[in-house]
Amino acid sequence: MTVKHFSIGGMSCAGCVASVEKALKNVDGVTASSVNFAEHTAEVEGSFSPASLIKAVVDAGYEAALLQSEEDTAEKEAAEFEHYRNLLKKSFVAALVGVPLFVLGMSGLLPDLNNTQGQVIWFLIGLATAFVLWFSGGHFYTGAWKAFKNHNANMDTLIALGTGTAWIFSMVITLYPDLVPALARHAYFEAAAIIVALINFGSALEMRARGKTSEAIKRLIGLQPKTARVVRDGKEMDVAINEVGLDETVRVRPGEKIPVDGVIIDGHSSVDESMLTGEPLPVEKSMGDDVVGGTINKSGTFLFQAKRIGSETALAQIIALVRKAQNSKPSIGKLADKISAVFVPTVLIVAVVTFLLWFNFTPYLVAEEMRVSYALVTMMTVLIIACPCALGLATPISIMVGVGKAAEFGVLIRNGEALQTAGKLDAVVLDKTGTITKGQPSVTQINAYGDWQQSEVLLYAASIEKGSEHPLAEAIVNAATEKEIALYDSQHFSAVAGHGVTATIDGHKILLGNAALMQKNNVDFKAAEKEAQQLAEQAQTPMFLAIDGQLAGIVSVADPIKDDSAKAIQTLHKLGIKVVMLTGDNSHTAKAVASQLNIDEYFAEVLPEDKEQKVALLQSQGYVVGMVGDGINDAPALARADVGFAIGTGTDVAIESADVTLMRGSLNGVADAIAISKATVKNIKQNLFGAFVYNSLGIPVAAGILFPVFGILLNPMIAGAAMAMSSVTVVSNANRLRWFRSTEIRR
Amino acid sequence: MDMLINSVGLMLIAMIIWWFWMSSPKAKVADSQLIDILVEDGVYSPAIIEVPANQQITLRFIRKDASPCAEKVIFDTLDQNLELALSQPTELSLNIADAGEYDFTCEMQMYRGRLIVKAK
Repeated sequence: MTVKHFSIGGMSCAGCVASVEKALKNVDGVTASSVNFAEHTAEVEGSFSPASLIKAVVDAGYEAALLQSEEDTAEKEAAEFEHYRNLLKKSFVAALVGVPLFVLGMSGLLPDLNNTQGQVIWFLIGLATAFVLWFSGGHFYTGAWKAFKNHNANMDTLIALGTGTAWIFSMVITLYPDLVPALARHAYFEAAAIIVALINFGSALEMRARGKTSEAIKRLIGLQPKTARVVRDGKEMDVAINEVGLDETVRVRPGEKIPVDGVIIDGHSSVDESMLTGEPLPVEKSMGDDVVGGTINKSGTFLFQAKRIGSETALAQIIALVRKAQNSKPSIGKLADKISAVFVPTVLIVAVVTFLLWFNFTPYLVAEEMRVSYALVTMMTVLIIACPCALGLATPISIMVGVGKAAEFGVLIRNGEALQTAGKLDAVVLDKTGTITKGQPSVTQINAYGDWQQSEVLLYAASIEKGSEHPLAEAIVNAATEKEIALYDSQHFSAVAGHGVTATIDGHKILLGNAALMQKNNVDFKAAEKEAQQLAEQAQTPMFLAIDGQLAGIVSVADPIKDDSAKAIQTLHKLGIKVVMLTGDNSHTAKAVASQLNIDEYFAEVLPEDKEQKVALLQSQGYVVGMVGDGINDAPALARADVGFAIGTGTDVAIESADVTLMRGSLNGVADAIAISKATVKNIKQNLFGAFVYNSLGIPVAAGILFPVFGILLNPMIAGAAMAMSSVTVVSNANRLRWFRSTEIRR
Repeated sequence: MDMLINSVGLMLIAMIIWWFWMSSPKAKVADSQLIDILVEDGVYSPAIIEVPANQQITLRFIRKDASPCAEKVIFDTLDQNLELALSQPTELSLNIADAGEYDFTCEMQMYRGRLIVKAK
């Protein structure tokens, strides 16, 4: 049973309170709820999903958001540091007993077990080692026993069995030396203690290294300010961030972080959003503009109304998305997962087989008296050297660093599979408008034909486009507005996809669109054809205007190419990727843009619904295709592509159709996403290779495979050191990804 | 003596196969919508939980193990994952429509658990 607090928006009277309470109580799992009208909050008790509760409130006509307590990273770090110190302490205590025993043993200063005095000394050593195993290695034995009861076996099982066998065997021959031949009377107390010391030390190092793998997410969490300055009853006051309610008015002063998401209601300023989008230049904001929590107010002071709080803010969603992606696994790691699942019981079987082989064959290889010693030592070494953790960690730890690093560049990768596929891309399809170009076209030229004037051409063109939301239409309407031309209303408006628009204006039948629209309506446009072609060759989009079936003019619109598109395309080429452009423009305009940017292939006059087919066409030619688009109009093509990139979405992260969301408008984000994906996949392969090779060579060597030919047997303490370092190596290798640099910086 | 030790060894192998791969502990049948799972000493307790299909359930993980191994719980087939705060309950609400078995593990697959979803 849990209690959660929600901020409720839209309540204006006591009746609303009753409605919200009713909605809350009808949610499955809610046992009690109370709504506070004054604070616009609700306290809900029970076992329920917050999402289902928010939906119920929204369905009832109100707004709701979960009020979350601040994530306390300091507390978490303190707990981790305490655990780290504890591991080091355990390691030190085990080494304090194990190392002197090892040195004395090597120096021949310890007594043998052939007399009572020697037995007494070894018995005391055994008791001291037992204390060490309990103090420094107790967690291994508890974990192994609990896992065993659950029909499970894990790393603890291997360590507990390896060190436990060493101790029990040593104690048995200390108490009953006659059970084994004189030559085999060797105790392994020091081995047990040193192995426990080494493994604890390795765990401490691994923990230290793992802390660095989550730096990116810590940095994102650190963007969230702890307090907000809210205006309540006309007074400004500082409150904790989790106390800011929906629709509350919040004051932001110069240099302060914006606490939650909202809309500016008074004032203006420039805001640095680089920490979320990677966009280096501050963005001007004034009344009616959205502001995003975690970004920094640079110069002015403003008031804004909180619209998204708690887990609903863009920053919280980015953190959630990055976390989810960091914990997802690509298919490259599935084999390692399958092996990990059966690894420990398999090692246990290998250890028993090793024992039996040495027990049966030692008389032929060494001497009859040594069979028990050799069998036990090799079995123990097999148990100790096997490292399931290195295998299990190989993929997730690299994904964690890679996805986090990408987020630092404003690249949000949805999951591990998308990251893996992005590393394999060999063709990238770019939608021209808004991706290669700024998506802010403007009218560059107006030509009039017949008796028509330029101003009349603009008047009719702007009047017909007045209701359209197409970027080219907006450019024409803006041009008319700038010249203060009063527009007509249109009737019988019709948009012909990929061709243009038709309508009746002021009694005239108006057509505005490309050559195909003119041909379809039998308009003679020969007089303007040559000029239109010339404009298209300058990468402009000329549109013909026909009035009552006669050519009246050309309105040419150009959408400037983004400053960094050429360099980004150059980087994609360097990554070995074919760059393909899709555009609704005619082939002359498309050709001009393609040659200007050195684009490998282009498809002109592509209708919106045909974009998906073009992606499929490239896939049928054997390419692994990435599609870059705006995430809304291009959703089918993004979904069809092997990896869909939604570009230039600012901080609006909820794009379901995209595998990768680029929060800044630059195409460099695509190159960054692909480069870091390639680097991460390479890192995973190195880790997997290392872990597989380590285990598949280490276990046979530990089992004594080299002994018959080379006479080499591995010391169990060396096996312990190797095992402790194998996980550290995997984590350290993954940490190298932290030094990955953006393609822009590398240039 | 040799025969005895070899026989014990072979029996041990058979027991390992049977205990770890061919048998499993009894599932805990969820008696309420909220199921507490203790994360400690390398195991989830309970590790195997039986829940009904098409019903809202909340798994409340209580992590007592400070090692990084215990930090994450991954439900691979359900595309869900959680980061567990130390000594604080972390909840995951689920409503699984399809009957079947859904494994959950830590990042390194050392902690292992299973949700058995039964049709009503």
